[in-house]
Parts: sequence; structure tokens; C-alpha cells
Amino acid sequence: MSEVQNSKSEVFDSKSYLNMELLRFTTAGSVDDGKSTLIGRLLYDSKSIFEDQMENIEATSTRRGETSVNLALLTDGLKAEREQGITIDVAYRYFSTPKRKFIIADTPGHIQYTRNMVTGASTANLAIILVDARQGIVEQTKRHSIIASLLGIPHIALCINKMDLVNYDESIYNKIVDEYRQFATRLKTKDIHFIPISALVGDNVVHRSEKMKWYEGVTLLYLLENIHISGDINHIDLRFPVQYVIRPYSDEFHDYRGYAGRIASGVIRPGDKVTVLPSGFTTTVKSVELDGKTFEQAFAPLSVTVLLEDDIDISRGDMLVREGNVPRQSQDIEAMVCWMGEKPLQLNGKYALKHTSKDARAVVKEIKYKLDINTLHRLTENVSIEMNDVGRIKLRTTAPLLVDSYTRNRDTGSFILIDEATNVTIAACMIID
Amino acid sequence: MSYTLNHLRTLESESIFIMREVAAQFQHPAILFSGGKDSILVTYLAKKAFYPAAIPFPLVHVDTGHNFKETIDFRDRLVKKLNAKLIIGSVQESIDTGRVAEEKGINASRIRLQTTTLLDTIEKNKFDACIGGARRDEEKARAKERFFSHRDEFGQWDPKNQRPEIWNLFNGRMHMGENFRIFPISNWTELDVWQYLAMEKIELPSLYFSHKRRVFNRDGVWLAESPFIPMKPSEEVKEEIVRFRTIGDITSTGATFSTASTLDDIIQEVATTRTTERGGRADDKRSETSMEDRKKVGYF
Repeated sequence: MSEVQNSKSEVFDSKSYLNMELLRFTTAGSVDDGKSTLIGRLLYDSKSIFEDQMENIEATSTRRGETSVNLALLTDGLKAEREQGITIDVAYRYFSTPKRKFIIADTPGHIQYTRNMVTGASTANLAIILVDARQGIVEQTKRHSIIASLLGIPHIALCINKMDLVNYDESIYNKIVDEYRQFATRLKTKDIHFIPISALVGDNVVHRSEKMKWYEGVTLLYLLENIHISGDINHIDLRFPVQYVIRPYSDEFHDYRGYAGRIASGVIRPGDKVTVLPSGFTTTVKSVELDGKTFEQAFAPLSVTVLLEDDIDISRGDMLVREGNVPRQSQDIEAMVCWMGEKPLQLNGKYALKHTSKDARAVVKEIKYKLDINTLHRLTENVSIEMNDVGRIKLRTTAPLLVDSYTRNRDTGSFILIDEATNVTIAACMIID
Repeated sequence: MSYTLNHLRTLESESIFIMREVAAQFQHPAILFSGGKDSILVTYLAKKAFYPAAIPFPLVHVDTGHNFKETIDFRDRLVKKLNAKLIIGSVQESIDTGRVAEEKGINASRIRLQTTTLLDTIEKNKFDACIGGARRDEEKARAKERFFSHRDEFGQWDPKNQRPEIWNLFNGRMHMGENFRIFPISNWTELDVWQYLAMEKIELPSLYFSHKRRVFNRDGVWLAESPFIPMKPSEEVKEEIVRFRTIGDITSTGATFSTASTLDDIIQEVATTRTTERGGRADDKRSETSMEDRKKVGYF
């Protein structure tokens, strides 16, 4: 049994947390490549495991007749999952170091759950993709990388795992890296890091490996703590979708009319000239505030309340932008779609649509192609887009949407489709400009 | 110019976004208020989200009748201060009207009974969205919970058939009779909550800070001496310096020995602590899947 002394015990600088950043990452891999063990290792070695959790998995490991503590049990979820030994749904895990707080979207690896990968990837800064050093690059590695790239995850960490099982052989690592580099020329994600690890033993996860002196790069945790992420957000194009209008109707705030929302991108300051879309009126920002406190400047992803100099009729679904830097306004939208519905996508089918704070309806005008997400080949003959498929479609919406391309703006470039009969979310769509 | 936010401001912004989305998408939302720090945080964030307007949701307290007096005093003061509307769903009333039967025996608790009272209160007030302070780091069944969690007309949660939540697009569409549970602080950890409460100087019930209290040990959990908990002859009451890490029904909330008397002390303690927050909750010790089972039938 591993020693529990590794649980949390260090003295904590009680004010340093005010400088911690938040990093969201997703983990993907195929069924047996040690994803749960890696997460368990990150939690364990970063001292994020509590005694009662540790005792719990020690007891379970012993009961199952395992010789060492199975760290993978730390991420065990629902009863059905434990019975089947698989992960059904996205699970969220949390840990922090003095530098950053981390949110892990732990997504299942098997083919039929591409929709979960998409869910986990949609807000991630980074994707960890695991490769079994004995197997090398397999179909699932490619599929996960393509989805990460499609969803616009800015950084990928390719972890070549189980190095302990290939005698920490540098040439095996190099061969995998070369093969992946060739494949990755077709990906949109350009910032790719390679790390040889053993999640089981702990090499290069939190602590540097003694067995792989030939590796000169950083450990996985070091990468997670230090990778530059503030550049991941678009601070150029102001996009402020109005979410809710605050009207107190009180004596003190009789004429108060605040536009509440979360800045999707860009920066907003008092005195800025802004255009209200779709009406096109231009006015000046009187104040940017929250809870009675004003901001000199506010930027994505802050939730704020904006007050304007002029009394203009503005409601949920409208957008404040900078004069001269406006999104495209259109009812004809072309997008990559990840289909999540049980029934296949219907040509000429009508669906409810949600884009920023705007609701509309849409009809599918054309299915351009289906993407083979293992090879990136485009299939154009007799195409049917079914659950877990990715394809390119054209839609016509009931009202104009205010859109940017997904590659420029993850917020104004994305929308979901909803089945109007069941109310279930059935597609994630990324706009192509 | 630097455009970086610390993790607490990032979480705050996300939670406020969720809160405003609820106000925009639902007709009759409510905040489920237990009197614990998480529901106090949720209420505080709601106030921030809509200021200078009042919080557009009533606070709903599902009251087991087995409370710490400090919780109720605090609740009533907060409601007055925020000029909020309070609705109480009474478990005692559910027992009196025969909707549920009181558990018997030494470990009798009203935790399970709360579910019926909660569902009755939702139905009676026609709430279509109930905002709660549950966090994903609390418990393994909660790690898979959505921000917008759909419940069928029986209030049931189906973990295998949840709606995907992609980007910041939240789908609150539903059929008549169904409703949603909303969890705006899903991504906060216990430590985040304490750090934020300290950063914002938010007032809390005195139970969270160290104080003298008469307690006794049952199955490894230190419970407060109370007329609501019958004691075994072998159980012995001692006066100790304790505080509570979570606050719920008095029959199932365990005390921890602690001298932490300020928020900074608590942050220090939580950051270095060796057991999970719910480790002191007798209601979770009933079985390995007790939370998952309770959630499926409509528990918070």
C-alpha cells in the first residue's frame, strides 16, 4: 500500500490564492491507456487527495485483490459505471496548486461517446491526449486530436504513457512523436507538447523521471501550471450579448436600465462608442458595473452590467459591439456540426437554435459532406449524419444571427440545435465564415 | 495592459452568468436555501447578479424542524437584509399530513423525508427551476451533474441521459410539469468557497467558527447534543471546542475539533485538511451510493 503521508499537509500561504489563474483541460484516450490512472496520479502527487478518499480506494483495491493502490479508482463515478468498468458521462475533477486551479473534464474514450468529448472540449484551454507507448498512434488518438482541433482547443499535450513498459526507450518515444508530428500538420491546433510519462509509476507527471534523463522537456504538471493561456481569449473584437435587462423599478433607481451580460470577447470601457445590433443605433457607454461597483475597463469573460447614455430599446439577444468592428449579420449559416441526437440529422428538418443569448429556429438546407474523423476525408455520396458524426451543413434561420467564425470567436461562432419535440440538445455547431 | 482574472473572479463571473440565464429562461425560479455556506454564497451571487434590482427569486427553505438555532436566526436576518421573499417547506407538515412517515430508531433522520417535502413545495409553488448550492467536488455522483439539470415530472434525475452542455449555451426548454435544478457554483471547490467568502467579507452563521459545544461520538462522527437526537446509554457527552464544516440538519451534521475562529484560519485549515467535507456527514455514510440513489429520486 502506498503511504498516506502524501496527503495534504503543507503550510498554505493564505493570500497567494488571489493570484491564481484557472485552467480548464480535457483528458482523452482509448479505453485502456491509463487515463484514470493519470488523473489519479495528478491528484495524488499534487496532494489533492484526502485521507478518507485514500482509505476508501485502499480498501477497494485490497478487496479486489490488487497488490498496490489503484489510483484509477479515485475517478470512479456512478454505480452503473463501476459495474461495467467504464465511464459513461463527462466527469469534472478539481485540483489546485499554488499557481493555478484546474478543472478537468474527464471524458470517456469509447467511440460512441464522441458527444461527451465534444462537451468536455468545448470550453477547454488544453487537451491531454494519451498514447500507449506499446501501441503508438492509433485510430482513437487521431479521432481525439481531430475533435480537439475542431473544437478549437488552443493547446494539446500528447502524453506518451506506459514508458515503464517499454524500458523507457527513447527511440520508441521519438518514433511516436515523429509520426504524430506528420499527422498534426493537418490540425488547426498548432501548440503541441510531447511528454513521455508513466502514470502508474509517476514519471514526468508531477516529478521528473530519473529513468528518462534523455528527455529534456518539462513535466506535465509544470506545463499545466505555466502554459500561457491569457492569449487564448479574444481581447480585440468587442462582443457583448445582452443576456438580461435589469430594471429595479424602485424610487432610488427609478430610471435605471442596466444591460446584463458576460463579455464574450474584447474590452469595454466607460466613454466607448458602441453600436447596438441588430438595430444599428450608436451610443456611448455611461458605466460598466457590477453590484454597484464600477469598472475602468472590463474584458472577457467578466459578467457585468452596462449602462448607456441614450435610451434605446434593447432586449435579450441584442449585442453591443464597437463601431467599425461588427459581426456578420445573416440568416444563412454554414457550420461544422457534431451530431448528438439519436435520430439522424434531417435534410429540410426544422430545429430550435440557441446562439449567444438569442433563440431562433433553423431549417437544414444542405448537407455538404460528412467528415471521417479518423482520416479527415470528406464523404459526399449518400451522406447521413448520425449520432457522433461530424459534418458540414448549411442552415437558414428565422431571424438574422450576429456571427463570427468559430476560429476567431468561440462564443459568437458557436450554436446548438434542439429537437423541438423532445427539447433535447442534439447538435453542437461551429460557424465557418 | 493585463487582461487576466484570478480563479475566484472567473468562477464568480460564470456563476453570475448562470443566475442571469435562469432569470431569462424560466417563469418561476427559486433559490433552495439551507442556511449553509454554499446556499449563502449562491444568494450573495444572486444579489450581485441583479443589483440594484432585488433578487428575482424567492428563497425556499426545506425545513426538517431539526435545526441549529443559529441557522434559523441567520436565515431570518439575511432575508430581511436582502428584502427577499422566504418560502418554507416543512417536513413536520409532511409528517402531520401523512405524506411521509417519520423514521424510527436511534439513527432516525429526516434527510430522506426532505425529498417529498421538496417535491411537494416545488409542485405547490409551480417552481420551474430550483437553484441550489451543490458543488461537483462534494461527492462522486455530483461530479457528473450539469449546471442545468433536467428533472422529469416525478423530479427524477437520469444520470445516463443528461443533456450535453456545450460552450456557454444552456438549454432550459422543457415540457409541462417538468423542472430544472440549477447549480451555479458547480465548479467551485470547498477551498474556493472559503477564499471567496473571505475576499468578499461575507457574513456567515457563527456555527462555522470555533466555539464550545456539548458533543458526543457516534460511529466516528461528532454530533451536537440535541433534543432531536436520542442517545444510546453508552454515548457520553463532552464539552469540546468545535466548529462545523458543513451545516445541514442537526441530526446528521458532524462537528470537527477546531480552533479556527476567522475566515483566514478556516482557509488555512481547509487547505491543509486531511479529510473531505462530507466525511462528517452521517447521511452519506449509509451506503457507498447513498447520494446517487437519493439524487435519482429527486434529492438535491
